[in-house]
Amino acid sequence: MTARLAPRDAIAVGGAGLRTRPLRAFLSALGIAIGIAAMVGVVGLSASSRAGLDREMARLGTNLLTAQPGTDMTGAQAELPLTAEAMARRVDGVREVAAIGHLDGVAAYRTGKIPKTDTNGIGVYAARTGLPSATGARLAAGRWLDAATGSYPAAVLGATAARRLGVAAPGPDAQVLAGGRWFTVIGVLEPVALAPELDTAVLVGWPAATSALGFDGHATTVYTRARDAAVERVRSVLGATANPEAPDEVQVSRPSDALAAKRAAGRAFTGLLLGLGAVALLVGGVGVANTMVISVLERRAEIGLRRALGARRGQVRAQFLTEALLLSLLGGIGGAVLGALVTAGYALWQGWPPVVPPWALAGGLAATLLIGALAGLYPAVRASRLPPTEALAAP
Amino acid sequence: MIELTEVTKRHPGGVTALDRVSLRVGAGEMVAIVGPSGSGKSTLLNIIGTLDRPTSGDVVIDGRRVGGLGDAALSELRAGRIGFVFQQFHLAPGTSALGNVADGLLYTGVRRAERARRAAAALERVGLGHRLDHRPHELSGGEKQRVAIARAVAGDPPLLLADEPTGALDTASGAGVLDLLRGLHAAGTTVVVITHDREIAAALPRRIAVRDGRIAAPEPA
Ligand SMILES: Nc1ncnc2c1ncn2[C@@H]1O[C@H](COP(=O)(O)OP(=O)(O)OP(=O)(O)O)[C@@H](O)[C@H]1O
Ligand SMILES: [Mg+2]
Repeated sequence: MTARLAPRDAIAVGGAGLRTRPLRAFLSALGIAIGIAAMVGVVGLSASSRAGLDREMARLGTNLLTAQPGTDMTGAQAELPLTAEAMARRVDGVREVAAIGHLDGVAAYRTGKIPKTDTNGIGVYAARTGLPSATGARLAAGRWLDAATGSYPAAVLGATAARRLGVAAPGPDAQVLAGGRWFTVIGVLEPVALAPELDTAVLVGWPAATSALGFDGHATTVYTRARDAAVERVRSVLGATANPEAPDEVQVSRPSDALAAKRAAGRAFTGLLLGLGAVALLVGGVGVANTMVISVLERRAEIGLRRALGARRGQVRAQFLTEALLLSLLGGIGGAVLGALVTAGYALWQGWPPVVPPWALAGGLAATLLIGALAGLYPAVRASRLPPTEALAAP
Repeated sequence: MIELTEVTKRHPGGVTALDRVSLRVGAGEMVAIVGPSGSGKSTLLNIIGTLDRPTSGDVVIDGRRVGGLGDAALSELRAGRIGFVFQQFHLAPGTSALGNVADGLLYTGVRRAERARRAAAALERVGLGHRLDHRPHELSGGEKQRVAIARAVAGDPPLLLADEPTGALDTASGAGVLDLLRGLHAAGTTVVVITHDREIAAALPRRIAVRDGRIAAPEPA
């Protein structure tokens, strides 16, 4: 005589109730499945979006540093000296330097008919020819400014600027009016992740800006690419190098940090969704408990029979606990698969690498088993306490 | 095999279902329990089968004093020494005849393959060797009860208890079931049957009449 059934027998006996009522088993497992799917999906999507950001950062590089004029001691707008670019280029570890200079008071329009006060949020800038290489900007269409076009009335538009100005494609017919002069659009940029200020820019060559728009030659943003190992050192000296007389009036920043901050901001939201998933899981657990209570009530005669056949109280308890565990495990596995599929689908659609952390799957299954055990405990104990004669007398 | 001494069973509602019953059934006997409805027959059988405990009195089954046994020992006794047959068959609906009979051995510690083998043999014995894969809803009432008997005797228990095994059957099926029980008795099993059927009772070697919770004088055959 053994006090326990062989594992295979225990599972067969525990699963009998599910096999005879598949629809009910499916529906109560569904509750658990939805909870687990929500939790796995939330964790998976946040991990995938993070992996996508990491991949994006790896592509963009984290070695871009920008230097911009801040404010002076009186609070007035400061200026970078004319030598800022040349000085930055001399810093050890700096590989590339490029700059833009904002043209104060110069607005850009598609036609001359728009009132002059409506700037559309678009700025006009003088741009160095090395700008795309330094910032990682890529052309959606057309060409970038070179030594020749940089002296002509030619312009390259940021992605947003092109849309707002209604320029569909660069070409001789695509003209924008800036500072009272017509510029031919020769190129349109894709959105620039590390330098979003370029998205709303009309960029003209440094020489053209000087000759046609009265540009004073002061850079308003100096873009510096450093060797990866030298980034922190370059960062610490860039301000003093760009403006040796007033290092405090230079703001040095690392645009990839802003992307990283975006990543951190997503976490709070993830926590909230995770909480919702947990609530769904709990509701699923209540569903399983309900199913088990009904199952015990309906199967009193079976319980009595099993007692007559020699089942101990503990074996009856184990049978219903097993049933509850199988039920929630069924839901848990289904939910984990569902959550992983949703994650994979959405991640691929977003162009992220699909990532489902193994700890989320393991945690989901552990939560499932815990819920199953809790939901099954009370009904199982009730079943085991049922006197055999009373159970057998049930209709 | 069965020794009841001064057994009283009082139900929570205050009903005294058995009143100082003393009874002795020897090994290998076949006994009919008769009596009007509500007289305490089922209560008596449940106490003999250790499914119920008496309020007072002494019960010895197969040499074991039931009063001193815990749940584990009682379960062992039921699993190995006592077979039950009920009026309502109590077969698992979605399970084949073979599965139902094999489940009767689930708690005896016998391995799965051996359970199936013994179940097939038991079904063969009750004349259902050709219906192993049929599920209860594909069987007649008499066939269901034969499956239930096969389940009760698959483990070769020395004691078989049947509470109105023919109660839900027509005369012909009932006769078939009784023949089976007689065959088991002939093979050495102690059989106790509750029955309302006078003919059946009359045909059995011994009758115990219960009336108002007491053993009455045996009815004339
Ligand atoms: N669980 C219980 N609680 C209270 N009273 C009960 C209980 N079980 C049986 N009784 C009462 O005990 C008495 C004997 O019942 P029992 O079931 O033993 O009768 P029986 O002889 O088997 O009747 P029948 O021939 O109708 O099956 C009856 O009066 C019944 O109402
Ligand atoms: Mg009865």
